[in-house]
Amino acid sequence: MTESQRFKVLAERDINRETFVEPWPEAGLMVADSPYDPQPSIQIVDGRIVELDGRQIDDFDAIDTYIARYGIDIAVAPEAMALDSLTLAHMLTDVNVPRTHLLRLATGCTPAKLVDIMRHMSVLEMMNGLAKMRVRRTPANQAHVTNRRENPALLAADAAEAALRGFAEIETTVGVARAAPFNALAILVGAQTGRGGVMTQCAVEEALGLRLAMKGLTTYAETLSVYGTERAFVDGDDSPWSKAFLASAYASRGVKVRFTSGTGSEALMGSAEQRSMLYLEARCLCVTRGAGSQGVQNGSISCIALPESLPGGVRAVLAENLMAAMLGLEVASGNDALASHSAIRKSAKLMLQFIPGTDFIFSGYSAVPRRDNMFGGGNFDVDDLDDYAVLQRDMQIDGGTRSISEQEAGDIRRLGARAIQAVYAEMGFPVITDAEVEAAVVAHSSEDMPARDIVADLAAADAFLASERSVVEVVAALAKRGFTQTAENVLMMGRQRIAGDYLQPAAIFDRTFTVQSAINDPNDYRGPGTGYRVSGERWDEIMNIRQAKSPRDFIVDRLGSPIDGLDAYGQAKRGGSTEVVVAIGPAFGRVITKTIGGIPHEDVLKAVLTGIAEEGLIGRIVRVWRSSDCAEIGHVGAKLSGSGVSIGIQARGTSIIHRADLARLNNLELFPQSPSMTLETYRAMGRNAARYAAGRITTPVPVTVDNWARLRLIVKTALLHRRETEEIRDLPPEALRLDWEPEV
Amino acid sequence: MPQYPRYVHHADTLVAASGRALNHVTVADAELGHLTLDDIQITQQSLRDQAQIARDAGYTQLAQNLERAAELTVVPRDEIIAMYHILRPGRSDYAQLMALAARLEHHYHAPICAQFVREAADVYHVRGMLRHPDAL
Repeated sequence: MTESQRFKVLAERDINRETFVEPWPEAGLMVADSPYDPQPSIQIVDGRIVELDGRQIDDFDAIDTYIARYGIDIAVAPEAMALDSLTLAHMLTDVNVPRTHLLRLATGCTPAKLVDIMRHMSVLEMMNGLAKMRVRRTPANQAHVTNRRENPALLAADAAEAALRGFAEIETTVGVARAAPFNALAILVGAQTGRGGVMTQCAVEEALGLRLAMKGLTTYAETLSVYGTERAFVDGDDSPWSKAFLASAYASRGVKVRFTSGTGSEALMGSAEQRSMLYLEARCLCVTRGAGSQGVQNGSISCIALPESLPGGVRAVLAENLMAAMLGLEVASGNDALASHSAIRKSAKLMLQFIPGTDFIFSGYSAVPRRDNMFGGGNFDVDDLDDYAVLQRDMQIDGGTRSISEQEAGDIRRLGARAIQAVYAEMGFPVITDAEVEAAVVAHSSEDMPARDIVADLAAADAFLASERSVVEVVAALAKRGFTQTAENVLMMGRQRIAGDYLQPAAIFDRTFTVQSAINDPNDYRGPGTGYRVSGERWDEIMNIRQAKSPRDFIVDRLGSPIDGLDAYGQAKRGGSTEVVVAIGPAFGRVITKTIGGIPHEDVLKAVLTGIAEEGLIGRIVRVWRSSDCAEIGHVGAKLSGSGVSIGIQARGTSIIHRADLARLNNLELFPQSPSMTLETYRAMGRNAARYAAGRITTPVPVTVDNWARLRLIVKTALLHRRETEEIRDLPPEALRLDWEPEV
Repeated sequence: MPQYPRYVHHADTLVAASGRALNHVTVADAELGHLTLDDIQITQQSLRDQAQIARDAGYTQLAQNLERAAELTVVPRDEIIAMYHILRPGRSDYAQLMALAARLEHHYHAPICAQFVREAADVYHVRGMLRHPDAL
């Protein structure tokens, strides 16, 4: 078979760089409804769960045991489990059923029950459910700030910029584990420079992460991973008990904790036990809640490509987010690791979290270029920031970011880089040079940075970790070097630790450094007019992206004073058969003097008249006052034309060749693409109109079709048309004379 | 009855784990070298207050976690990390876990955490998650 040109083009599309496979439940490659998934069930005897999702107590694995003891409220379970799953699904989508009612019922659901509820729900219904069940009323966003070279000045600058852009949390990680204390320090100092109250963390091995938090270098921890099968859990070097203990250890030092789970991890680790990804995730979530984590990072996270290779994968990922929210867990809803080559696919997937809003729409929006992102790429990265700001503006949705100017970015980056430079200097760490600071101010990626002595940095990081020195010395260093505000903000994170308010579910700090959480900012969405609404100052901020400009002066450069030598001499009359009427709009050559493409109206008239003369006919100019519509201008001209043929031209340049016997909206030739018109087009238009008038055989003027022109110029088009419409007068057509003769 | 946010409503009475009043945790103090890490640590009582707030709002398991955390505030940093390692699967035999539980209970007066560790030991025993006798 000969190769199809169309399929060749399709094969080269980004979407066809992805892998798509059929479900294979035995290998755990099934997002939901594996034939091996258990049916929901529970049996409680003497206040103890003795059967859970079809498994008897004697057969419980460690996860079953943990869920049975901590993950299910046995006082609610009989009521919740007796409710039909379809009824519960209805309640999730029904705005008249309050969130608190569902929160209570969900505490009595087994993992299989949660999955069974999801089974009945479409993506749209889940989005409705998520809008209601999200823990915090105000949505937020988290950024990733990392770089391949672990450059501290760049980390601080990027963190400062991300903070200024509105991210409520910033997460870093390492290429080399030993860099952890310094990376954590750099984003702490950078973030607190950008905006006080941005929470920061460093994703590293569990015990090291705890050590960093205890030193005050991080303010929350997120990557406490849990898994849905016992084998995967143990391979992850934890049990539900050790993980819960770790959560308590963090909390004992006032550090916020969020667990991590997500569809596909067990299959990727080879131990899915034939269960569907969603069922295993439901188990993870029951463990997470049972362990007393205030929230979870889920939505497949780094495994995202695996569910996306399967049918229903993106829907299942949304179901994960919703199940977590039902359990009262703060949800940082994925959208972080590279999920697709296709911009269409990745944007479409994002909408499932972006539109309903989650506690953190991204559990890591890459605030650095993709190649500097050490978390798996960054599905959306710094290059997409303007796109993202426009999405917020388009839909009037708070996606947790704001648009900033180049100046603002540069200023805050310099301040952040200087602050970390000061800390390094004061604490005797390897010098950050002024050249590095200046490079960090303007850098896009780590490739724009001068090289550092990584060996010296790592040795200093080791010594810092082993020492008793902590964030307290960092505050002192900042203060001594005059970085007063950053010092205040870093210490404030410590002062907030004393209060412990940010241990409550979904806690972040707003711009006044006030905590916002499930306790004082609970989601109260109950349908239209309720819950979080984008309005007031926040809407101003979202709508005023840096590219937005006032349309008022958009067409100034198309306006001018009337054409010299174009004079009126009374009401236009019908002329002889050797003429073509050139009918112009009310503003043409008077108020507006250039076409949308920038051609002076005088030149347009001369080109048209020359074209008519080339065919031996006479062009007669008439101004139509009563309409700014191109067809009407042309049609009025045609009715005045002795030959019956006219050319109608609007001020913006849109033109028509018309004939008196045609219907108004019909035409001989139409030239709607005014931005693409040249003087040669106008001249050819004149020739053709004359040939029609003379009854000669005529080939339509070839026109350039640029479908993007309308997209680019539509505002200008609208404004030029509006301006011409303002010039409409209740006057009959007017005869005009141009003091000029075509040379033919 | 603790009011939330405590930072807003109880600023005058909040103290750090060291006993230092919140009002005396300032940048000036840091600059003079007067602060230590314990001056920005949460107290047992603060954690219990937050547990109460969580419980009242319906977040029972979070409250339990914060109560365990309250018990752990007195355990030194390095020892907490060591305890976590002991509790990880395959690290300890039954007796070692029992010893950890005893230390939590008697040395640190942490009965909830102690019970939690004992429970883990029993599950580990049943599920083969204790330290393997051949383990290096």
